Amino acid sequence: MKVTCMVNGEERVADGVWAGESLLYVLRERLGLPGSKNACEQGECGSCTVYLDGLPVCSCLVAAGQAEGRVVVTVEGLSEGERLHPVQEAFVAAGAVQCGFCTPGLVVAAHDLLERDPDPSEADIREALAGNLCRCTGYEKIIEAVHVAARRRLPEGRREVG
Amino acid sequence: MRRPTSWAEALSVRAAAPDLLPIAGGTDVMVELNFDRRRPPGLLDLTRVPELATWTVFDGTVELGAGVTYAQVVADLGDLLPGLATASRTVGSPQIRNRGTVGGNLGSASPAGDAHPPLLAAGAVVELESVHGRRSVPVSEFFIGVKRSVLEPDELIRSVRVPCATGPEQFSKVGTRNAMVIAVASFALRVDPGRRRVGTGIGSAAPTPRTAPEAETFLAREIEAADAWASRDPLPAPVVRRFAELVAAAASPIDDVRGSASYRRHALTVMATRTLGWAWDEYRQGVPA
Repeated sequence: MKVTCMVNGEERVADGVWAGESLLYVLRERLGLPGSKNACEQGECGSCTVYLDGLPVCSCLVAAGQAEGRVVVTVEGLSEGERLHPVQEAFVAAGAVQCGFCTPGLVVAAHDLLERDPDPSEADIREALAGNLCRCTGYEKIIEAVHVAARRRLPEGRREVG
Repeated sequence: MRRPTSWAEALSVRAAAPDLLPIAGGTDVMVELNFDRRRPPGLLDLTRVPELATWTVFDGTVELGAGVTYAQVVADLGDLLPGLATASRTVGSPQIRNRGTVGGNLGSASPAGDAHPPLLAAGAVVELESVHGRRSVPVSEFFIGVKRSVLEPDELIRSVRVPCATGPEQFSKVGTRNAMVIAVASFALRVDPGRRRVGTGIGSAAPTPRTAPEAETFLAREIEAADAWASRDPLPAPVVRRFAELVAAAASPIDDVRGSASYRRHALTVMATRTLGWAWDEYRQGVPA
């Protein structure tokens, strides 16, 4: 089966795809985009989170053929060339990256949250990131990173002091 | 993979190739494929069938297309179907709710499916269709065993028809954390002043999701006898206690990795008490009809 979809703004074609293959496998093994990570393969860990037609989803649970003609954005599509996206910069600044395996999925999930809600509460952040596991258990720094990213995005007047 | 783009085409593909595994949000099907538990000859992708992706309201009933996601239910149906919306909010994670569908939940027919208890409590009806015609099956008759339903190999789930709430609905679920939990036990309650009835739905505490009919009849009778639909007076503690006992008695739970049978029965008693407390408080605070 041949699958054609827009990935990070470019039309990409994967050939020889098996019907039950996941979008995650196609991204990593056929299209050379290893940013989305392969871990649980059952939607538990969120490390394969990508945007599919604008919604964050676990790419391990999308059959590759379901992505035909759809628009996919992976973590690779968030940065501009070598310049990190502000959410990625905030993860670095806050020390939210330990082993780094969960980071791409968390960056996509956090990116989506801030697109929907530029000034989320702590509870909103925890809810938005509930589908992403960090095996290093560095959750506090990750949540702090989202706060940092939100503060940097907000206009001056709305930034919290400190 | 077959990717029909209309309902009629989906039915004819289903009739011609009943071995193809239907897939919607993939949140159950892909796990089976990723773990090599199933190797179907191919997939029947239902995500391009526009008829499945919408919901309509007609004559006090929501007809919910089988492909409507939990995220859409949460966003759009909180007022009309608060029980289903509350249960949908507890499903998986944002990523899962963006893909998982109510129709897919029915298709998987897991005893732990989160949509099932509120659909049972609401007295919902599943609409099944094949090239030979359409049939309506009450949710309470849809499940016939663990992960088994009355769905025939040539049929697809078109929609589920859910009578709109006329009063409070509650859902409660026991698990080890808030997100990403398969229910150890769950319970849904509909207090339905418009129809003068009480609806219940039990999850994860029997081979199939099921109602607690005796509990429903008992409570509706007590409310009627005390004229409490009109007075909205507090429900006497013995009534609440008896209702909770009857809910727990309706279950036939097993011991498994997620919890023991006796814990599940206890949890149902607690959930029935709590949900009735919340729902009746809400009813008492509501504007009298």
